[in-house]
Amino acid sequence: MTATLALGDDALVLSHRLAEWAGHAPVLEEEVALANIALDLLGQARLLLSLAGDEDELAYLREERAFRNVQLVEQPNGDFAHTIARQLYFSVYQHGLYEQLSAGDGEFAGLAAKAVKEVAYHRDHAEQWTLRLGDGTPESHDRMQHAVDALWRFTGELFQPVEGVEVEWKTLRNDWLASVTAVLERATLTVPAGPQSGGWTAGAGRQGIHTEPFGRMIAEMQHLHRSHPGASW
Amino acid sequence: MAAVTASHTTQATAGSTDGADGALAAAFDAAVAAEERIEPRDWMPDAYRASLVRQMAQHAHSEIIGMQPEANWITRAPSLRRKAILIAKVQDEAGHGLYLYSAAETLGTGREELLDKLHAGRQRYSSIFNYPTLTWADVGAIGWLVDGAAITNQVPLCRCSYGPYARAMVRICKEESFHQRQGYELLLALSNGTAAQHEMAQDAVNRWWWPSLMMFGPPDDASSHSAQSMTWKIKRHSNDELRQRFVDICVPQAEVLGLTLPDPDLRWNEERGQHDFGAIDWTEFQEVLKGNGPCNEQRLTQRRRAHEEGAWVRDAAAAYAQKQTVVPNGEATA
Repeated sequence: MTATLALGDDALVLSHRLAEWAGHAPVLEEEVALANIALDLLGQARLLLSLAGDEDELAYLREERAFRNVQLVEQPNGDFAHTIARQLYFSVYQHGLYEQLSAGDGEFAGLAAKAVKEVAYHRDHAEQWTLRLGDGTPESHDRMQHAVDALWRFTGELFQPVEGVEVEWKTLRNDWLASVTAVLERATLTVPAGPQSGGWTAGAGRQGIHTEPFGRMIAEMQHLHRSHPGASW
Repeated sequence: MAAVTASHTTQATAGSTDGADGALAAAFDAAVAAEERIEPRDWMPDAYRASLVRQMAQHAHSEIIGMQPEANWITRAPSLRRKAILIAKVQDEAGHGLYLYSAAETLGTGREELLDKLHAGRQRYSSIFNYPTLTWADVGAIGWLVDGAAITNQVPLCRCSYGPYARAMVRICKEESFHQRQGYELLLALSNGTAAQHEMAQDAVNRWWWPSLMMFGPPDDASSHSAQSMTWKIKRHSNDELRQRFVDICVPQAEVLGLTLPDPDLRWNEERGQHDFGAIDWTEFQEVLKGNGPCNEQRLTQRRRAHEEGAWVRDAAAAYAQKQTVVPNGEATA
């Protein structure tokens, strides 16, 4: 249960954030790309939440403290650079995670084998944009560096072991760090020097301790469903 | 259209004379009459080109602005299944916009130029997207009625005389029909749901019915572009013909839905074999076209803001691409 909710909530919440871009993207091709990634993640969330129970009950009727997603995915979109930095950090993590899971024979092996193909595409998209923004104009470089720095402290939580998720967490973190460092350097960006977790955030999302914007996000997400108890849609 | 292309090439090198233009125009008219497709490199009258650019740009802009009223409900969709359907639909609309801008570009214009005209209010988009989505049921009403009206309009465009437009429409109509069925199914679920859901569905249909009928444009006796478009086989049926066809399709569908259409004058006319329906409020239609509808300002402002706030991202992509084509000694590789 802990494991399915952790993986499922990550996908559900990030999907929601990406879908907030619909109609606001900087270029039409990104309307398509961001919606496409949101849709892939929502598909993963539905499979995972269905393993844990009723997908809609879990998405719409849990309170904030019962969500198990990492704090990284609930961070507001900010500007396009923030969205890309969040996506880079998460998709490199999720790609490593699903690669390991798909190679094993645990309960997530089948799902991970399907999802890893989608996530490889998400990762490529995030890496390409990190390069374009980091090594684009002085303004885009500054914005990308700012985003990379601002979200860095939410990355430590990605490697807090989750009960029931059978992966080598240390390998996952080392591979993540090597990949992210390589991309940031190619993008002429500086890898943030600070700790990957503020003391108070470590493991917090996985225990249902979230950041303030998250409550408002799920209030919007759940409002209609909660206004019509028992209705089907 | 190979013959016209050939003669175009010949005449272009020989220099243009009235006689040559006359021959080209005659060949063009003959091709249109023979139901041949006009292709980008073929000769075409300037007014035909301008008319297509106007219509295709307006069509593309409608796909892009049309994302907004539906995207308004993505974050509040009441089930994960409905949410996935809605995201996919809005994504398709962005894709349709891209096809249509590409098709318009075959006529010698550019996407940037067309978007600038949209943002400056110099080119239009469909009047329907100036209405607000106030409840979840509006998402269903848009699927059923707005997409339904769009399909009624667009299916004949699959036989439009301009090849790139006709081919774009074949692809778009396939996806639109899918959206329309999904919208209908959404309304059916609401109509058969709780009393509050049923009421929500009826309210949405009440608000979207008349604006959907206005999507077919002004009545035939007031439509400025119609006659010429029909001669050129860009358009195949008049506004009023298509509107009538749409009403006749919707009436039985509304019955299956268990919802009523908000028109006391709507009844079957045995003699005509079609439905009679009430008068459309053309004053409202004109006001919306003039920019005074409920959401005109909001829709354009959001579109302009997305474009302006995205400028630094597009600049970054361009600067990065530029660097990739330059080798260390400073010479471009491409």
